[in-house]
Amino acid sequence: MTPHMLTRSLDRSATIFLAVVAACGILIPLSNLLLPAGSFLQVPTYLVALWGKYVCYAILALSIDLIWGYCGILSLGHGAFFALGGYAMGMYLMRQIGTRGVYGNPLLPDFMVFLNYSKLPWYWYGFDMFWFAALMVLVVPGLLAFCFGWLAFRSRVTGVYLSIITQAMTYALLLAFFRNDFGFGGNNGLTDFKDILGFNVQAEGTRAALFALSCLALIVAFLICRSVVSSKLGKVLIAIRDAESRSRFLGYRVESYKLFVFTLSACMAGVAGALYVPQVGIINPSEFAPGNSIEAVIWVAVGGRGTLVGAALGAVVVNYAKTLFTSGMLAPYWLFMLGALFILVTLLLPKGIVGTFNAWWDQSKEKRTAAISASAAAEDGVTEPKMAE
Amino acid sequence: MPTNLSARLCTFVLSLFLIAFALPAFAGPFEDAVAKFANDDYSDTEEAIGVVASSGNKLAFPIISALQDGRLMADPDSKKVYVTGADGKSIDAATGEPVASVPDSASAVRLNNRLRRSVDAAIGSLTLQSPEIGTRLQAAQSVFKSHEETALEAVDGALAKETNKSVKAALGDARAAILLFKSDATEVEKLEAVATLKTRGDQEALALLTGMGDQPASVTKAAASAIGSIQSSLAVWSGVQNAWYGLSLGSVLLLAAIGLAITFGVMGVINMAHGEMVMLGAYTTFVVQEVIRTRYPALFDYSLLIAVPLAFLVAGAIGVLIERSIIRFLYGRPLETLLATWGLSLVLQQAVRTMFGPTNREVGNPSWMSGAFELGQITITYNRLWILVFTLAVFAILLAMLRYTALGLEMRAVTQNRRMAASMGIATSRVDALTFGLGSGIAGIAGVALSQIDNVSPNLGQSYIIDSFMVVVFGGVGNLWGTLVGAFTLGIANKFLEPVAGAVLGKIAILVLIILFIQKRPRGLFALKGRAVEA
Repeated sequence: MTPHMLTRSLDRSATIFLAVVAACGILIPLSNLLLPAGSFLQVPTYLVALWGKYVCYAILALSIDLIWGYCGILSLGHGAFFALGGYAMGMYLMRQIGTRGVYGNPLLPDFMVFLNYSKLPWYWYGFDMFWFAALMVLVVPGLLAFCFGWLAFRSRVTGVYLSIITQAMTYALLLAFFRNDFGFGGNNGLTDFKDILGFNVQAEGTRAALFALSCLALIVAFLICRSVVSSKLGKVLIAIRDAESRSRFLGYRVESYKLFVFTLSACMAGVAGALYVPQVGIINPSEFAPGNSIEAVIWVAVGGRGTLVGAALGAVVVNYAKTLFTSGMLAPYWLFMLGALFILVTLLLPKGIVGTFNAWWDQSKEKRTAAISASAAAEDGVTEPKMAE
Repeated sequence: MPTNLSARLCTFVLSLFLIAFALPAFAGPFEDAVAKFANDDYSDTEEAIGVVASSGNKLAFPIISALQDGRLMADPDSKKVYVTGADGKSIDAATGEPVASVPDSASAVRLNNRLRRSVDAAIGSLTLQSPEIGTRLQAAQSVFKSHEETALEAVDGALAKETNKSVKAALGDARAAILLFKSDATEVEKLEAVATLKTRGDQEALALLTGMGDQPASVTKAAASAIGSIQSSLAVWSGVQNAWYGLSLGSVLLLAAIGLAITFGVMGVINMAHGEMVMLGAYTTFVVQEVIRTRYPALFDYSLLIAVPLAFLVAGAIGVLIERSIIRFLYGRPLETLLATWGLSLVLQQAVRTMFGPTNREVGNPSWMSGAFELGQITITYNRLWILVFTLAVFAILLAMLRYTALGLEMRAVTQNRRMAASMGIATSRVDALTFGLGSGIAGIAGVALSQIDNVSPNLGQSYIIDSFMVVVFGGVGNLWGTLVGAFTLGIANKFLEPVAGAVLGKIAILVLIILFIQKRPRGLFALKGRAVEA
């Protein structure tokens, strides 16, 4: 990717977005660490962790927008890829606890001692090394998405059928991870983490660094999505979204394109999950709940499907509202609001916030240019011929 | 005065009777046996149990049951034994006379596990001749379980008098069980016993035959063949049982999915709020039962019959409302419909949670739906059976409606070719609204049935929605027979996988199998063919 291609593919909203994310990623950690606690401009540590969570959600939303907004694949199971990435990271963090657990077993995490495991299950090997865990964060969701997508797209499962089987996939994983003998801590999941790469996960510095990293990951993910959708590949994806059969008849291997973008998207969701886990300090099977995945889709719908910036914005806006409304006296009304959001956005705001804004901006720009050219034409004394409808 | 005299006479006769009953005529083996309880010696106690149980004395049952409950007090000094009642009053065990208080030196007669079994057997044989059929049957069954040799005489006695067929059979089984374990029974008797147990053929008979210990060679051989035949018949029965559970689960799935099949099949609308329609039906049942409980308790048995049409109307009306206010603006955008209806499901759940509280609400079974009956070696509960019947009835009515009514004809026309149907003068938007109402209404009556076997909580619908979708996707869209076959296939497959893989793994296996199945047949078992598919 040459710098030229990059700048060309960045429009106004993307530039603003990247600038804002970069600014947040630098300024918030600095303010948290350097300014004295309690000062007006100092961002408290709990807010850093909270916003870090939002940024991870934004990456997840980007990954959904990439497939839904640009390729028409509505996955209701993207939470599964997010959670798998999270579990991979969680396994690394569990292995880092070592002898500091309640039972002090150097090899087995606490829950395994508690459940009478005699030795480490084979799939836990290697997770004591960060590079391996980081690789697995990409490989496990990617592999699952590849196998799943390969089966689904090859036999042309599309539309709502695909949505429903992705939902079944995450539901099956939910049931599996709830089992104690599955080897991932069952109901309680993985928690009680101590350090990551030798730094204490609870420490302010680590949290600030994780926040900055999440912002960096968001920027990288955004640039990857951007370069995908503005390339020739992206054009084909949009063609598949709008007329799948026609694209196939034109000779494109629709399933290969879909498979590529689905797998890429799953890897991104996995990274989001991996960054999420050390910041919230726990990963448990409820992350696989089908409701979570559908909620993630609504973030994209609120922000604006097929705009990328909108997806990230939607994730932050909806989750900020959720934090605001699920605490305090408004808590019983949150589900009403979330439900209404689903209905109203689909009915009244099908393009989402950013999509609607863009449409309005373009329209007013058109009007302005039209007005300018009209006045110019009037000065010339020539009336412009009306365009046929 | 003559009346006074007769009253006096009556009192006199009555008191004579009382005295005769209460006072022992003479000290006999019964009294000696009772005194043995005071020896605090296990073998003496065992002997005493045997004598008391076979004495025919009226006090035998109170004594033995007091012994069982630790209420039989014995005084080692005076060798007196007392039965203390649950009400604190005590009687002398040997005479039956009430006593003011049990001396402090008395302590409860102790039992060990061996004695407890003889006590159980004694209780069994004591109740073998009760006038109640149920008590006799229970007694015979408890003798069968304990198979104490001491009970043999009582069983034989009861067998001679018994007229009821099922009690007689139970007594025969009990006799066989005793003989099998009796060391001095003849070989012929033992062979007969093995044959009787073979006919009984259940898990308990199998346990007796496998645990009978050293026996003559011919008996061992007969037992081995009996074990073989019982095991194979039990395997068949467990298959039958799985099939029944599967049918039952299938009927529940069918009930939940059938409305979905209609809305999805005709309108191509994925209604994620379908589960909430089921929940509304269940809550309608709850409200109906509450009203009946407080106002007309006599009508409780009819509560479900009242709830079914009401649930249909409530859920159906809400369905029409949803279609008119939300879904009709989203036709041709199935993915958006999915999201909007999901939002709707959240709203409905929260609304019910606000109105009725987040906890489970109590919905009772009417008398004709509670209880169970035995069919061979399996137990069939009435509620499951009625739900299966109800489901099939709903299915048949729906099928007839689609086939024979004008609305059904219009619905089928719209399913097959919406634009052509519209050109023929069918008001497709009206058909859509009614179809959606019908699908939702059926979900509502599914809720009435599910309230009988599941917890009525705001989350009721959510637990069925994924399964219902699986059924519809598996069965194929636009064909109710597909839904029927899909539901029963999934139900039975689930129940046959459960014993092998466990409940959760079985469910996961089913989900994975469906995902793989969709690869092979992306449009389900019974797919519509032709141009409609690509639309």
